[in-house]
Amino acid sequence: MSVTLVIYWSLQILLIPTLSPLLVGVTRRLKAVLQNRTGAPVWQSYRDLWKLFHKNEVISEDASWIFLIAPYLVFAVTLIVGASIPLITTALSNHLTGDFLVVVYLLAFGTFFLALAGLDAGSAFGGFGSSREMMVAALAEGGLILSLLTLALLSRTTNLIAISENIHALPMASFTPIVLAFISFSIALLAENSRYPFDNPSTHLELTMIHEAMILEYSGKRLGLMEWTSANKFLIFISLGANLFFPWGIASSLDPQPLMLAFAALAVKAMIFCAFVAVLESSIAKLRILRLPELMYTSMIISAIAVGLVV
Amino acid sequence: MFAAGAIGSVLLKRNNLAANAWGGGLAIAGSAAGLIFSTSILFNGNGPSFGTASSFPLLDITFCLDQLAAFFMMVVCLVSLLASIYSLGYVRHYYGKYSVGVLGFFYNTFIASMVLVVTAHNALFFLIAWEVMSLASYFLVIFERREPSNVRAGSLYFVMTHAGTVFIIISFLLMFTLAGSFDFEALKAGVASASPLMKNAIFLTALVGFGTKAGIIPLHIWLPGAHPAAPSHVSALMSGVMIKTGIYMLIRIYFDILPDTYEWWGLALLAIGALSSLLGVLYALSEHDLKRLLAFHSIENIGIILLGIGSSLVFSSAGMDSLAALALTAALFHTLNHATFKGLLFIAAGSVIASTGTRNIEEYGGLIKFMPLTALFFLVGSMAISALPPLNGFFSEWLTFQAMFQGVASFDAASKAIFILAIASLALTGGLAAACFVKAFGITFLARPRSDAAAAAREPQKVSLLAMAGFAAVIAALGIFAGSALREITPVAANITGTPAIATATNGFQSVSIQDGFASLSMSAIFVLFAAAVVSLTAAVFILTRRVQITRGRTWDCGADLTPKMEITATGFSRSLITVTRGVLRPQRETEIEYHDANRYFPKTGTVTMWLHDIYQAYLYQPLQELTTVIANKITRVQSGNTNAYILYIFFTLIGILVMMDLKP
Repeated sequence: MSVTLVIYWSLQILLIPTLSPLLVGVTRRLKAVLQNRTGAPVWQSYRDLWKLFHKNEVISEDASWIFLIAPYLVFAVTLIVGASIPLITTALSNHLTGDFLVVVYLLAFGTFFLALAGLDAGSAFGGFGSSREMMVAALAEGGLILSLLTLALLSRTTNLIAISENIHALPMASFTPIVLAFISFSIALLAENSRYPFDNPSTHLELTMIHEAMILEYSGKRLGLMEWTSANKFLIFISLGANLFFPWGIASSLDPQPLMLAFAALAVKAMIFCAFVAVLESSIAKLRILRLPELMYTSMIISAIAVGLVV
Repeated sequence: MFAAGAIGSVLLKRNNLAANAWGGGLAIAGSAAGLIFSTSILFNGNGPSFGTASSFPLLDITFCLDQLAAFFMMVVCLVSLLASIYSLGYVRHYYGKYSVGVLGFFYNTFIASMVLVVTAHNALFFLIAWEVMSLASYFLVIFERREPSNVRAGSLYFVMTHAGTVFIIISFLLMFTLAGSFDFEALKAGVASASPLMKNAIFLTALVGFGTKAGIIPLHIWLPGAHPAAPSHVSALMSGVMIKTGIYMLIRIYFDILPDTYEWWGLALLAIGALSSLLGVLYALSEHDLKRLLAFHSIENIGIILLGIGSSLVFSSAGMDSLAALALTAALFHTLNHATFKGLLFIAAGSVIASTGTRNIEEYGGLIKFMPLTALFFLVGSMAISALPPLNGFFSEWLTFQAMFQGVASFDAASKAIFILAIASLALTGGLAAACFVKAFGITFLARPRSDAAAAAREPQKVSLLAMAGFAAVIAALGIFAGSALREITPVAANITGTPAIATATNGFQSVSIQDGFASLSMSAIFVLFAAAVVSLTAAVFILTRRVQITRGRTWDCGADLTPKMEITATGFSRSLITVTRGVLRPQRETEIEYHDANRYFPKTGTVTMWLHDIYQAYLYQPLQELTTVIANKITRVQSGNTNAYILYIFFTLIGILVMMDLKP
């Protein structure tokens, strides 16, 4: 293993946590513009994190070590996942952790500890947040696995980076299943990231919240890690959507020029995703919590059809 | 050795301490010896087969330890070894209440009979061992006999297991008519020329018979009652191992004895597996009795194992032997994994129950502060059963998924659709299991104690903790070194299907690759990367924020006085998931509110009760019971009480037999 390869790998691992706060800032800014507000600058999320990491911390007396280590565990999960998915180049192949089931179940690992942390402080809010989160996560997993399976069957591999490489060369006949799988994936994306119509990321109203309720008891650096984790997860899902379903522009080598182009392509695609989420959050209402499963079953059925269409 | 343990503990019945040490100690020695023996066979290829003819015709006491038998014997002995170590500490709370010697007797008999069941090579001998196993476990279920609910659970178990045995006997008799001998080798040779009708009949009767023991839905109704009723180390054995003997015989009959399987068998098993796994986990979600919850998860995991076996049958009927080996490997690996984590969960739950005196999750809470090590081990088990990497549950589910992906890729039309449904149900099962164990762990161990009993809970004896640590170590090792474990299990499956699986374990980081790189992963790499990420992250955050102070404060609850009542309950936690699946679960709810005044403005207390409508009882077992009663009433007429009439019956029977003998060439 050469030194350059180590450098590239470190860059790939650091890419997600470095850029994810920017993505959240951009989404918030776009939302503000759509709602006729000025909004905070896109760098605001970095400032928030900096501030949180320097604040003193209050921890509940009832909380156990689960509460203390959960933020580190969930953040570490997003770091490994960041190393297992295609970001800007397919030249860094990963046959050790790059399987899509590994990624899905690693993310489930994060959700598991997030929900436990929500229960740990013994507040009514945290408990309900955890309960709702586990419901959404459990039902969203079906759609997620089946939509990625569509791509895996089309490209004859379950390795995410290899999928991104192979999807390029597919004939037009496979276009329909890809689009269907993408619709299903988008629903799972919204559900997994606590976005409209599943959850409202910007309120602390107990009737509407899922993710915010679970992290209600956190403060200081642990809250910072939790916020950062959810930003990471958002970027992970967006890069999966961008690089698996529409891998145009992704570099296939480690030369600087294609890498720059791929980076620009990813930025443009991420921007489109942010705009989509911002428009969605400014134009529709949140669904009733007991209506959410219908949406997730829809996602599952659509992707099951997509799998069926793969020849 | 087990026999010595069994007899010795009865002799020492008077003295609790000695009986426990003798019974438990010999169970440990026996399991350890069995474990070493079976593992050595696993590593060295096929083992010996030996036997002695008995004085009864047709009954030969023959053993055969081929790879499959050795594998299952290894699972039996591994779990019994750790469960027996645990029992040394756990059984102490029975002193003075129930006879420990009797427990030791049935416990040793139970383990010995399970070893005999998986090693027997003669159908009659097998049936005897099977019956001993059923009876020993029945007496263990009703061991705490002063609880009426335990006796009721035991009776249901007794009836169901014998109904199952009837089908098993029919199945063996069908084979016997072709083979003329009860020896497995002879059966195999005899069945080779069976007609399709005969083969289907054998398939169905074996499925019902062994499926009852394995606990597939809808034959599962005894399982959630019987497993919790037994002492916890026995529950660990029943759930972890005994139901696997059903799986063992399904594999033995479908793969070894019956040649040329049909595709629909595999598809039927896939459908049953999907149904059992999904419904098992949904029922577990609605359960608030810790051990019943775990028992329903056994149904779920049996479903997952059946998904592997079903896929394997489909592949082998289509002649794709290496894929069949892959799917069977997944099923065997999951069998081993489920035995380890379910064993751990049951004995950890046993400690919680012994310490708090209740099985109701709602009365726990905050136990992590009083039983930190038990909590840690329960967490390990919960993570493994929820299929979270890098523990072992994830790896075998991954293999099962991959086997079914191959099924989708290689079949058309109806078979493909069933594979897709099975994948969808396994995906949902994984997510729901995680939700269920967030509930089980969170409500039991986290937040504040909800009862005085929970606040007074203490860690169990050191020897019990040692057993839990042993299970946890096995779980972690099977997860992180899954590549090496796979290399040992692959030959077992290959030995049955005839072709090695496509899965290849290479040495670098324990990585495993399937179907020429269709899929690959390395559990060790996941673990190492994860550990590295956590350590470096913690270090970075520590350096960045070393001047930050941490204070301890009370949980914020809108300024109200914080009471344990404000925590979410198990009912509340699973309510949303139960409500969205009400079409299947049929939840019923009853709200009772007491008021201070006649106008009903000021409520005093409120109680909400939620339970599930038992659809199997209402639509399957109730009609069956009514039918039986009707038939029985009709038959009563034959029983006139008149001796002359009875002599007439005997006479007609004799003539009938004579005529039949005469007609037979």
